[in-house]
Amino acid sequence: MTSKRILSPRDWSSHPRQAHPEYKSTLLRSQRQPLVPLPQSLSELTGPAFGHCGVTGLDADLTRNAIRAGEAIGERIVVAGRLLDESGRAVPNALIEVWQANAAGRYVHSQDQHDAPLDPNFLGAGRALTDSSGRYRFTTIRPGAYPWRNHPNAWRPAHIHFSVFGTAFIQRLVTQMYFPGDPLLALDPIFNATADATARQRLVAAFSTELTEPEWALGFEFDIVLRGPQATPLES
Amino acid sequence: MSSQTPSQTVGPFFSHALTPGATGHAPIAGRQLADERTPGTLIRIEGRVLDGVGHAVTDALVEIWQARHDGAYPDGSDAFRGFGRASTDADGRFWFQTVKPGAPPENGAPHVNAAVFARGMLNHAFTRIYFSDEQEENSRDLVLASVDPVRRKSLVASLRDPAGPPVYDFEICLQGVHETVFFDA
Ligand SMILES: [Fe+3]
Repeated sequence: MTSKRILSPRDWSSHPRQAHPEYKSTLLRSQRQPLVPLPQSLSELTGPAFGHCGVTGLDADLTRNAIRAGEAIGERIVVAGRLLDESGRAVPNALIEVWQANAAGRYVHSQDQHDAPLDPNFLGAGRALTDSSGRYRFTTIRPGAYPWRNHPNAWRPAHIHFSVFGTAFIQRLVTQMYFPGDPLLALDPIFNATADATARQRLVAAFSTELTEPEWALGFEFDIVLRGPQATPLES
Repeated sequence: MSSQTPSQTVGPFFSHALTPGATGHAPIAGRQLADERTPGTLIRIEGRVLDGVGHAVTDALVEIWQARHDGAYPDGSDAFRGFGRASTDADGRFWFQTVKPGAPPENGAPHVNAAVFARGMLNHAFTRIYFSDEQEENSRDLVLASVDPVRRKSLVASLRDPAGPPVYDFEICLQGVHETVFFDA
């Protein structure tokens, strides 16, 4: 069977390897068989459209989208950036969903056993559509680090989970954004599952004075790059 | 030129954002893609996600993307959006209510595309759900033909009861002797 590609392959020098023993949960959940090559057909190259799903501006403001009586507690931040493909082209009108722990490092989730307080005015979930130049913008609370039981005294560095759709189902990306200068990054098996240090740095947002709002919130820039068009080798 | 942003695990705590229930915000997509008004045959796909020793994966996320009953992929203008999302329960089970997709126009057998995410999966995995009552079409499908015959059955959901309502069972094994075929798409 001929293998036709329109989109470039998943870049396995950037992505983590699936079995990463330091991250214990991969032991029984990573695949042992090689992936089977699949030519790209409409099944792979089309994808769901979310332009009319009723995403509102409020959805992108996590400091306000779940308030009951009062304000979300913690350090307000703005997280913004561009969604691009590998050719540098903007991906407009794309859905980005985020979720995170609150300022104390606690998730709104029944299975989160961390003994840190919940914030009744903070859910930690938001979504946004990218604009015509691929830009997105969230206002949120800086998440706290939290312990997990991967190894003794294990703590996840502060992070925001991102779920991203391109235009093709195979452009789907779920990732995590980290904060610059976090001492926990060097110790985190999930962050370090990406072997390449340059690729890892693409998961770390940059502090931005431009995004920082006076008297209001620090700004962080985080660009996201999806698989792009297959580079066609020039004929010799 | 830019380089791809690395994938990271979906982790265990995604449900308040991706599959919210009674609390939280209205979900962007769910388990129910279709109802009686949707053109086509209403079906259920019921499945389980299992790990390398056959234990239920209770914190997996399964997403599906599929064609309409006529084989065309939705372009956003239809009520049927072709995209579904389900998390697994305490037993590792998930289900979707949808319509049976038509055969794709290019060639090949009807199928549903799926992506599987979980804690412990640093990258999500792509697979396809074919249907056991499409033997004729399945036998001509080039993707199925490209898969080792022993492993091929992991891609075919089995019709539970030919006489009853159309429910298909589909098991996703992340690892082990019965590891599901996952694709490098
Ligand atoms: Fe997390």
